[in-house]
Amino acid sequence: MSSFSDTFLNMDVLARYAPSILKGVGVTILLSVLIVLTGVVVGTLLACLRSFRVRLLSFFIVVFADIFRALPPLVLILLAFFGLPNIGVVLTSFTVLYLVLALVLAAFAEEIVWAGITATPKGQWEAARSTGLGYTQTLGYVVLPQALRMVIPPLTNRAIAITKMTALGMVIGVPDILGQATTAQSFSANASPLTLAAVAYVVIFLPLVVLSRWLETRFSRGAA
Amino acid sequence: MDAIIQQFFNIDIMVQAWPLLLRGLGMTLLICLVVIPMGLVGGLFAALGSVSHLRGIRWAAIAFVDFFRALPPLVLLIFLYAGLPFAGLRISPFVAVVIGFFLNNSAYYAEIIRAGLLSVHKGQTEAARSTGLSAGQTLIHVTLPQALRNVLPDLLSNTVEVVKLTSLASVVSLGEMLHQAGLARSVTYNASPIVLAGLIYLVLLWPLVRVISRFERRIAS
Repeated sequence: MSSFSDTFLNMDVLARYAPSILKGVGVTILLSVLIVLTGVVVGTLLACLRSFRVRLLSFFIVVFADIFRALPPLVLILLAFFGLPNIGVVLTSFTVLYLVLALVLAAFAEEIVWAGITATPKGQWEAARSTGLGYTQTLGYVVLPQALRMVIPPLTNRAIAITKMTALGMVIGVPDILGQATTAQSFSANASPLTLAAVAYVVIFLPLVVLSRWLETRFSRGAA
Repeated sequence: MDAIIQQFFNIDIMVQAWPLLLRGLGMTLLICLVVIPMGLVGGLFAALGSVSHLRGIRWAAIAFVDFFRALPPLVLLIFLYAGLPFAGLRISPFVAVVIGFFLNNSAYYAEIIRAGLLSVHKGQTEAARSTGLSAGQTLIHVTLPQALRNVLPDLLSNTVEVVKLTSLASVVSLGEMLHQAGLARSVTYNASPIVLAGLIYLVLLWPLVRVISRFERRIAS
């Protein structure tokens, strides 16, 4: 038992590497916030553009959304990190991770918000238009607020799932929680930094997971 | 433009990498065949636990589901693969992937099946029980079929996520498709093998992604 705690909860090792893992927590949280903001805003804008039903534009939006939903994010990360420098585009690992995950979330958010827009009853459109609102006004003031309310639970779930993927940054050397922990683990030849990383992730994400379940019971019961 | 074709869509390099990737694809499919049924079964039991009348079982099941939904799968995988050997427990990459994905997938499938079970009206159980079916029979013949049908799109969408997730196995050097593509890239200094792997993922998953979109819209309308 003592060898178990020496290996997984070694206080000396934990004390030595806690500061760097804490720095990793900062990086993970910063990345998560940036990804969620960009992804949700871009996804919502794309869904709105799609509602104008310009055929060519909608086609490109669907192709983008499909590709970014079907490809494993790790494929996109490796492609951007190792492929782009060969054509002269050199991005930091932080930027690559941010851009890829923001685009992946945007693709999912577009599909989710679009489903919300199409689920809004036609009468809402007609009523709003007949009061003299323009198309864009109807979309912005009447349809979108209702659509977004409807899709809060799936959107939250997806946003959490994708922010958890920031851990993939470790593969290209982003100094996030997992990145710091694996470095510390190989320096110290001890698994305790990994234990600390796992604890850090659970502390950050458990409240969000519980929140998403609460949102789901609260919103979907009413809607269904 | 020429540079992009050279670096990302180099046919010669893709042809060379093809046999390597095909072997990787076999491993990817093998992982899927093992972890998807295991995840479904684990998820079913965790879901049943999470709607149990016994408080202890219910709380244990919910704690399991929430814990593994909060822990990124890659963290779990690296903990199993790089952490356990320090305790003298050396496991192969394949075993690490299977255990890690079993825990992670079970939690996700459980949350979906749980929502399905809760969506079946109470009257269904009461009616079934009053006709003389036992609790087990009611579950298998009445509640579960309706529950699973109600959440079929979510189950399908999670299965797509599982297939995408198998790419994480490359991080612990299990020779699945992305790992092979990464090897080919590092030998050729060219991103085309990874593009090729991406194309194979698209061929596998794009139809499913389309079907899911259609499903979701039908339910919305």
